[in-house]
Amino acid sequence: MDNRKELPLGGVIPKGGTAHDYSTGGWRKLKPVLDTERCTNCLICWVMCPDSAVITQDGKMIGFDMEHCKGCGICAVECPDKVKAIKMEEEAG
Amino acid sequence: MAIMTKGQTGLTGNTAIAYAMKQINPDVCAAYPITPSTAIIEDFSSYVADGAVDTELITVESEHSAMSACIGAAAAGARVMTATSAQGLALMWEMLYIASGMRFPIVIANVNRALSAPINIHCDHSDSMGARDSGWIQLYSETVQEAYDNFIQAVRIAENEKVLLPVMVCFDGFITSHAIENISLLDDSEVRRFIGEYRPKHYLLDTDNPITYGAMTLQDTYIEFKHQQSQAMTRAKDVAIEVGREFGKEFGRTYGLMETYRLDDAEVAIVILNSAAGTTKVAVDELRKQGKKVGILRPRLFRPFPFREIADALKNVKAVAILDRADSMNGFGGPLFNEVRSALYELDARPRVISRIYGLGGRDYKVKDALEVFADLKKIAETGKVETLQKYITL
Repeated sequence: MDNRKELPLGGVIPKGGTAHDYSTGGWRKLKPVLDTERCTNCLICWVMCPDSAVITQDGKMIGFDMEHCKGCGICAVECPDKVKAIKMEEEAG
Repeated sequence: MAIMTKGQTGLTGNTAIAYAMKQINPDVCAAYPITPSTAIIEDFSSYVADGAVDTELITVESEHSAMSACIGAAAAGARVMTATSAQGLALMWEMLYIASGMRFPIVIANVNRALSAPINIHCDHSDSMGARDSGWIQLYSETVQEAYDNFIQAVRIAENEKVLLPVMVCFDGFITSHAIENISLLDDSEVRRFIGEYRPKHYLLDTDNPITYGAMTLQDTYIEFKHQQSQAMTRAKDVAIEVGREFGKEFGRTYGLMETYRLDDAEVAIVILNSAAGTTKVAVDELRKQGKKVGILRPRLFRPFPFREIADALKNVKAVAILDRADSMNGFGGPLFNEVRSALYELDARPRVISRIYGLGGRDYKVKDALEVFADLKKIAETGKVETLQKYITL
């Protein structure tokens, strides 16, 4: 950082929407993997994801925002028992 | 003389601070009452109930919550103040650092009281001295008048854009908080004109310009923020002088970094904070009548610590006793002793310096105690030898 002396006092971030720039995906140990054949697009995972990291298109679940998914696994747990379209797997080394 | 007698009345320290708060009319006050500062919030809550102020008074369940609510309100953009003592200040500890680190100009009246254990409700300075590294500016007050004047000036110092730091106004529990003294009050309009309006640069209720407060900073920026804070604290010294001078120009009572009493030609001196300076002045007057050259230095601004000015004021004395109403529990004297002694190190010819700890838990400090210290100093000045570097007095 080149302009450290001009940092806003008290650590304030003087603009909105900056959480998007924070890549929380780096915290992930397990990653969610979607089985599109099993998925019924009920979107319960989209509702439950604490990081808004479930990506949808035209009302359908199409994958995960891996820049922000922390790998908590809530989506895999909340995916209905009869469907279980999301599995948590080890991050590839 | 018109200025000297205008608004003359008799008030306790607590009542005077509550009255100053009424005149300042802050946006938010979050408080949890504790002896001996209780009457400040008690009186102020009457002003709120009577509609004399517009303040949102938040009654909380602890001092930790009180300071947390003050910080939240300050982040929202409010002018904020509160009051506490002793265990209350101790319970605010974590949040004191957050208030200063986030650069919120919160003002607190700290009515000095001993910290437990053993439990005690009376005066000493262990509460505010414990908070001396928390990034708060500290003003100490000898009298009710000075506590009132300091509290009003504190708003200006805290909110100055070169500073933007919280300020703690300290005065002695029961001795100053509960005793009625003569005081000259300002008019409401004078106070409001002097403090002006508070316009924070960033605040959360400014919904057109969304911001984040309290973001994480790691190895890449934390030290820069602390450096900014440290520089602001250094600048606060000149701002305190400017504000004290302007206050004097407007209202006839000028304040500086410290008060010196008969110190100019003194050979020995006592350095002491708050109300006990008044007692010491009586001893000085008695000794001066006998032709003895004794004087007093009473620091008013303790944070930031005006080390150059203090060293300069003491450079011609032969021996000086630093009287602390708090013990650092370091086996090496009280906090005021350590800092004044360190300040004197830069002098080519240093006075001899001793530490005396007095009056803990509200133990009376009498004229005879000051006379005994001056007797010790006289001996040291004559012999150049310090027999007892540090000891408790008033035992």
